[in-house]
Amino acid sequence: MRLLTHNMLSSNIKGVSNGFPLRIEVEKVIEKEVDCNPDFLINMFAKIEWKALVDAARTMGYAELPEEAESSMLDSDEFLRKFHHALLELHLEEGALVCPETGRKFPVNKGIPNMLLHEDEV
Amino acid sequence: MSPRIAQIRLVSSHPEVYEPCDDSFALVDALLADRNNLLEHNPRLCVEVGCGSGYVITSLALMLGPHIPGAYYIATDLNPHAVRVTSETLEAHGVHAELIQTNIASGLEKRLERMVDVMVVNPPYVPTPEDEVGCEGITSAWAGGENGRRVIDRILPIADCLLSDRGWLYMVTLAANDPSQICRQMKKKGYAYRIVIQRSTEEENLHIIKFWRDPDCELDVKTPVTNKTFPERVVESLVSQFPQLSSWRTGGSNS
Repeated sequence: MRLLTHNMLSSNIKGVSNGFPLRIEVEKVIEKEVDCNPDFLINMFAKIEWKALVDAARTMGYAELPEEAESSMLDSDEFLRKFHHALLELHLEEGALVCPETGRKFPVNKGIPNMLLHEDEV
Repeated sequence: MSPRIAQIRLVSSHPEVYEPCDDSFALVDALLADRNNLLEHNPRLCVEVGCGSGYVITSLALMLGPHIPGAYYIATDLNPHAVRVTSETLEAHGVHAELIQTNIASGLEKRLERMVDVMVVNPPYVPTPEDEVGCEGITSAWAGGENGRRVIDRILPIADCLLSDRGWLYMVTLAANDPSQICRQMKKKGYAYRIVIQRSTEEENLHIIKFWRDPDCELDVKTPVTNKTFPERVVESLVSQFPQLSSWRTGGSNS
């Protein structure tokens, strides 16, 4: 699971009002290099919850992102490279996503988060 | 050179996962038929709901990938074996999609709202007893409840929530699902539509329908939509893509 996907996921448990961002518990992180596409990054920047990305990346062992970001930074190749790496090249392979409100864990195995709910959570 | 799609010999399998079948082939053929439009559309975010073996999302990534390098693919299935098998199918073809084991798009609805440019769905459309809907394993791949509409009717409002302003939805339906009623329902939500492929197999009469948000449709919300046959409505939908023909449409709807 890439951190872009993490940035798009919320806890879906019934009654939870503040299910974003899911906290990450890391067992195994892998890195996979992919081509950088600046247009995609520039476009996606506006949709990203920056703080959630910074915290998630740090949890995954990558602390190079600035605490705050604004669109003018997209002119910098160095910023784009770091943004690209955090968003698309870090994968949570094994671990869990934790609901910030209830502490309920959604397991991540072989890079696939399991967001299925139990009957009493729907 | 013809565009690449997933190769059957590289599609992974599991006893509890639906194998690529006529409906899957029809959906991929529809995407191929519409490929030039898709390339021009330049989608950033593509989502498949109910990815099964991964044949469709892999084919989509293969046919768009070389031309739209930045596109992001997400595929969901509630069957744990299906997301694994999809992951293997993607890997065997050297493409990537993000996989999430979930019910339709649960967990994505808040943050993906109005962000999806292309959505593909081969829903469980077979009419079955209600209690088979959403069962564990392979049954969830086909069991559609009454008229095969149970899951389709849950997916459509979610698609409406996730599709971007320029979003397109490709969906497989069976004649028994009453596709004309589905189209009328989507038109009320502001969508135009077109049948990309109609295919009759020995067992099934399949339609692959493409829906897209059409600003003109929303203005037409109060237009009476009764007493029209399905083909008439398709013509109307086609006409809505070519505003210069609108005078003809006006004439047609009065006839």
